[in-house]
Amino acid sequence: MTVTPETVSSTAPALRKRRPPEPAAGTRRRSLRPTLTGWSFILPNFLGFALLTLVPMVFGLALSFMEWSPWGDPEWVGFENFERMFRSSTFWIALWNTTYYAAGHIPLTIVVSLGLALLLNRTLSGLGFFRTAFFLPYVTSLVAVAVVWNMLFNPTSGPVNQFLQFVGVTDPPGWTSSTAWAMPAVIVASVWRDMGYYMVLFLAGLQTIPTELYEAARVDGANAWQRFRNITLPGLRPTTFFVLIMCTVASFKVFDLIVVMTDGGPGRATKVLSQLIYEEGIREGRFGLASAISLVLFVLVAGFTVLQFVIQRHREDR
Amino acid sequence: MTANLTAPVARKPTTNAPSGPRRPPGRARVRAAVHSVLLAGLCLLVLVPFVWMISSSLKHDNQVFTVPTQWIPREFVWSNYADIWTQIPMLAYLRNSAFLAITISFLQVLTGSFAAYGFAKLRFPGRDWLFLAYLATIAVPWQAYMIPQYLIMEKLGLVNTHLSIILLQAFGAFGVFLMRQYYQSIPDELIEAARIDGLSEYRIWWRIMLPLSRPAIASLGLLTFVATWNDYMGPFIYFTSNELWTVQLGLRSFVGQYDAAYAMIMTGSVISVVPVVLVFLLGQRHFIQGIATSGLKG
Repeated sequence: MTVTPETVSSTAPALRKRRPPEPAAGTRRRSLRPTLTGWSFILPNFLGFALLTLVPMVFGLALSFMEWSPWGDPEWVGFENFERMFRSSTFWIALWNTTYYAAGHIPLTIVVSLGLALLLNRTLSGLGFFRTAFFLPYVTSLVAVAVVWNMLFNPTSGPVNQFLQFVGVTDPPGWTSSTAWAMPAVIVASVWRDMGYYMVLFLAGLQTIPTELYEAARVDGANAWQRFRNITLPGLRPTTFFVLIMCTVASFKVFDLIVVMTDGGPGRATKVLSQLIYEEGIREGRFGLASAISLVLFVLVAGFTVLQFVIQRHREDR
Repeated sequence: MTANLTAPVARKPTTNAPSGPRRPPGRARVRAAVHSVLLAGLCLLVLVPFVWMISSSLKHDNQVFTVPTQWIPREFVWSNYADIWTQIPMLAYLRNSAFLAITISFLQVLTGSFAAYGFAKLRFPGRDWLFLAYLATIAVPWQAYMIPQYLIMEKLGLVNTHLSIILLQAFGAFGVFLMRQYYQSIPDELIEAARIDGLSEYRIWWRIMLPLSRPAIASLGLLTFVATWNDYMGPFIYFTSNELWTVQLGLRSFVGQYDAAYAMIMTGSVISVVPVVLVFLLGQRHFIQGIATSGLKG
């Protein structure tokens, strides 16, 4: 693995080397004091983080092996929750839908946001306006996004289908009212919403690539595609990796947009794992079963994240 | 695993403008024109939903869906913007959203930057392990621990209070990560000098780090504000009383109750978007800079 200036823990050794000798004091005080100071900085955040993130994570793991409802005492039941989960057809449908959403959302978002970043990564008039315009969907209220897209996708008189009919599609899809087209509709709306955020991240990455590399390549006669392939893509690798991880996590936990746009329907066509966790856990009070589903979601995301780390490392070793 | 999860940090705020002096100027101008037209077209396409939202909010309900779509209303129904306040308690929803978003952003920036200083510029045993724990949790979806979190909150008696969402969202690992990333770009020499001058670590954080990290603070503050304002699931799970509801919940229930009141729903949508867009536009310059050049100050 290469160590770049931005890597996470690279300045620490340098800092230790440069630290001036501390004023004479007792040996114990000298070793304890930096520790206490360090912890005092982290503590305010850590207290909240530990109590409300770390503890629930561990607690959740235990919970998935327990039968626990608001009406009874917790009881250790081993793998019963998992057996029940694997027998439920809704679980398999939600698992499939989550994967479907991620498989559509991740590549589309990355291609669109990288494309926009490439288009905007140059000096042109109105640059600020364009950047703001493309970022605007990301700051838009979620419910507003969902409702507007539902209206745009209206099967009979929405502008999307009017346009499709105009260009000659005689039987345009019913979008959110059709089991086959509801998920693509949700994916389109979500890509529209998220692309601006990842675009800014890609723009930042593009600006770390030294301009001289492009000039040198141009002198050597490399065409636009070759420059993109041999300079831009490798130069963007840390950014792409970061974006990929953030986008993966975001995709697998999708909930808000789906609940407001389709509420998992029509039928179970867009029901995703997060929604199932909410329904089983909070609404039905089956905490154990919901935690078992949570564990599947966690394993899924962790698996993909680790896979991306492995691929990333493999690429760098070459 | 930490070694490569790098945030996009810019070393150079220059753009890679095609600055080929050997290129014939006429061809370059044509390319620039094509480029601008392409961008303008894409931009229009991206803005269509906004145009629809605003134009529908100024129509009567029965004029929203017409074939072909009227992008500019024949008659501007400004009264929608007066009526919405009496149809739903919009003002209360806005107040709740603003309260939560401001409080949470403030706490995120405060505790996040404080912890980030510890992680970035101080050295003590256990530090790197602790940071690894923070980092690892960024990749864990919230839904994976939302049930136990809910049970803890219930035991603490905090379900159906604003405090629950504040506690849940104010101590995010992402904030610590983002601020630390920025602090690492501030030269250690500066802090060494301050230490030699006799400043305590706390004063270094307050007097040197905070003022220097304004773009990073703007980014984190804005991202948190936007995320809290637009969050649906958190308030949806925790707030059962109507008077605690945020704009998102209020709007959503309005849609459920009056699903044919298209124009009014769009009016509510526009109103729900305005505050967050205003906040974004105000901080926009710092914000894009904060993300895009968070390797350099200013």
